[in-house]
Amino acid sequence: MPHDHHDHDGLSPSGHPYRVDNDAPLSYWQTMEIAIRELMIEKGEITAAQVASQIDAMDARSPANGAQVVARAWTDPDFKAALLKDATKATREMGFDIGPMNLVAVENTKDVHNVIVCTLCSCYPRNLLGLPPDWYKTREYRSRTVKEPRKVLAEFGVVLPDSVTCRVHDSTADMRYIVLPARPDGTDGMSAEALAKLVTRDAMIGTGLPKSREP
Amino acid sequence: MQVRICDLSPPGHIRTPKYLRGKTGVIERVLGRFQSPEQRAYALPAPEKQLYRVRFSMAELWGDGAEAPEDTLDAEIYEHWIEGGDHAA
Repeated sequence: MPHDHHDHDGLSPSGHPYRVDNDAPLSYWQTMEIAIRELMIEKGEITAAQVASQIDAMDARSPANGAQVVARAWTDPDFKAALLKDATKATREMGFDIGPMNLVAVENTKDVHNVIVCTLCSCYPRNLLGLPPDWYKTREYRSRTVKEPRKVLAEFGVVLPDSVTCRVHDSTADMRYIVLPARPDGTDGMSAEALAKLVTRDAMIGTGLPKSREP
Repeated sequence: MQVRICDLSPPGHIRTPKYLRGKTGVIERVLGRFQSPEQRAYALPAPEKQLYRVRFSMAELWGDGAEAPEDTLDAEIYEHWIEGGDHAA
C-alpha cells in the first residue's frame, strides 16, 4: 500500500509526488519592486497599509462583476446599447469602481465570435474582472491566438463553424476588452441574477461560452 | 478609411507589435486622444495623440499561412504609427 511507504520512489507518505517548493530566487524586477516599495514606505510616500488595501481591493474583484454586466445586457436592451457604445461609462454607472480603466465591449452573435489577447504583455480588464488566469499571460496563448485563433479556441473546447467570423482583439494600448457572449438558448424568462451564474470568466475572454441552463 | 502601419523598428518601449508593421487595415473606430505610453514609459513629456482601433484581415497579416483569411484582428494603433499621420513625439 502506498501509504505504508516513506520516501519511496520520491512519493510523499500520502502516495503523491512531492511538490517542488515555490521558492525560486527573486527576479531582477521582483527585487526592484520590493526595493521601491520599501523606499516609498520609508520616505513616507505610502504606507504598508495602503499597499495591502490595494492588494485586497484587487483580490476582491472577480469575474462575478463582469457576469453581472453581461446578464444585465442580456435583459436590458437600453443597457446593452449603452455598453456597446461606451463600456467604461456603462459599467461605472452600474456601480463598479473600475478606476481609470477604459473598457470596450465586443458582442458575440450567431455570425461573429470575439476573443481577447494581449500580445505585448498581459493587458486584461483587471479593474472589473480581477487578475487574469495564468495561461492568459503565457507566450503560447499570446503568440498563437493572433495567428491561429480557431485552433486555440478548439483546444479550449470552442469549435467555430466556418460560417462564423472570428475577430481577435489585441489589447496593445489604452483599452481593455470584455466579450459580451451571446445569450444561451432556452434561457427566456430567467432573471438577470440567475443568468449571471451562467457567465464564466472564459466566456468574457472569448475562450469559452456561457454555461447552459441547468436542466 | 484604409491605413498602412509604419514599418519601423525604433528602439525603446513601443506599442505597435512587429506583426502589424507594414500591414494595411481599416480604422474600426476612433478611440480619442491619450498620452502615448511610448513616452510615458520614460516619464518624458507625452502630448496626447489620437488612438485608433485598426482592423486587419488575417489574409493581410499572415498571407497563405492564414488559418481563415476572412477572420480579423483589431489592435489599438497610435497616429504616429500610421503612414501620413502626425509623427511628432
